[in-house]
Amino acid sequence: PLKHNSELFTLTYGALVTQLCKDYENDEEVNKQLDKILLFRISLLFFHFSRGYNIGVRLIEDFLARSSVGRCHDFRETADVIAKVAFKMYLGITPSVTNWSPAGDEFSLILESNPLVDFVELPDNHSNLVYSSLLCGVLRGALEMVQMAVDVRFAQDTLRGDNVTEIRMKFIKRIEENLPVGDE
Amino acid sequence: MADDVLFEFLHMEIVAHVYREHATREDIDKERVTCVSTLEVMGFRVGQGLIERFTKDCPTFKDDLDIMKFLCKDFWSTIFRKQIDNLRTNHQGTYVLQDNKFALLTQFSNGKQYLEEAPKYLAFSCGLIRGALSNLGLESVVTAEVSLMPSSVFLCCRWR
Repeated sequence: PLKHNSELFTLTYGALVTQLCKDYENDEEVNKQLDKILLFRISLLFFHFSRGYNIGVRLIEDFLARSSVGRCHDFRETADVIAKVAFKMYLGITPSVTNWSPAGDEFSLILESNPLVDFVELPDNHSNLVYSSLLCGVLRGALEMVQMAVDVRFAQDTLRGDNVTEIRMKFIKRIEENLPVGDE
Repeated sequence: MADDVLFEFLHMEIVAHVYREHATREDIDKERVTCVSTLEVMGFRVGQGLIERFTKDCPTFKDDLDIMKFLCKDFWSTIFRKQIDNLRTNHQGTYVLQDNKFALLTQFSNGKQYLEEAPKYLAFSCGLIRGALSNLGLESVVTAEVSLMPSSVFLCCRWR
């Protein structure tokens, strides 16, 4: 048996992307209107982000139950927990936390590679941003559930030819009320 | 590592997406068939990919039953964290795999509630089995039945 099961996730994710390509390419509306590739890419990005968000919103409960991590007192603590506990637990890797902004509200997670794409072949002319969007959505959704509004984006990606994969996370604000989150 | 949870969540999102994508297009019956087969085909691709990695360092199997046992023990436990509970065969190409607590259904109910939703959540796994077997040289048709959640029966018929 395999030592770990992340291949199941990445393979399934790859199958999903392939399916999406089919779904959107068959859409006559998409074909009729704007630049097909541009709209398609935007749709994929949004889709991935929103799906990632849905995953993140549920994942946080699982994480809090398993990890017995208490409330984080500041953003630095949050960064450490994300890198050393969460990433390790779900993806088996520990990114490093660097590039803190002077105000302490923004930092980078540096990964040696993009953990979602070790075993997946990218369909032609589909940007690697597609894969990255899911991860960004997961992080955003999960943190929103613990009252933190954050902005998450990929600053560098090995799939694009950069040396490392860099996720940039910026603290926006504390969410004061527990507003119900709609499924998107 | 907790990535079994990640897969389960991703699986739910995939089912939701496939049903949303196809719901607006065809009539109800056609929609259901399209959705189930879309999910099955996705599972097929993943099953093929997975079995390649699993069997890289394994010796070859001596017969069909050997393959099915591998599927029920090693393959199933790596994906769903438990083995198939019961394997039956008529020794003529039909195999019945029973999982009394199928991982993708445990969140739904214990019993009859949401029974009509179950096929949506089994299609991908049927594909997984079919894909794995296909790469091992066994062409088959795989279907699933649920009469009492979360216990599921996968019916695998080899065709020559």
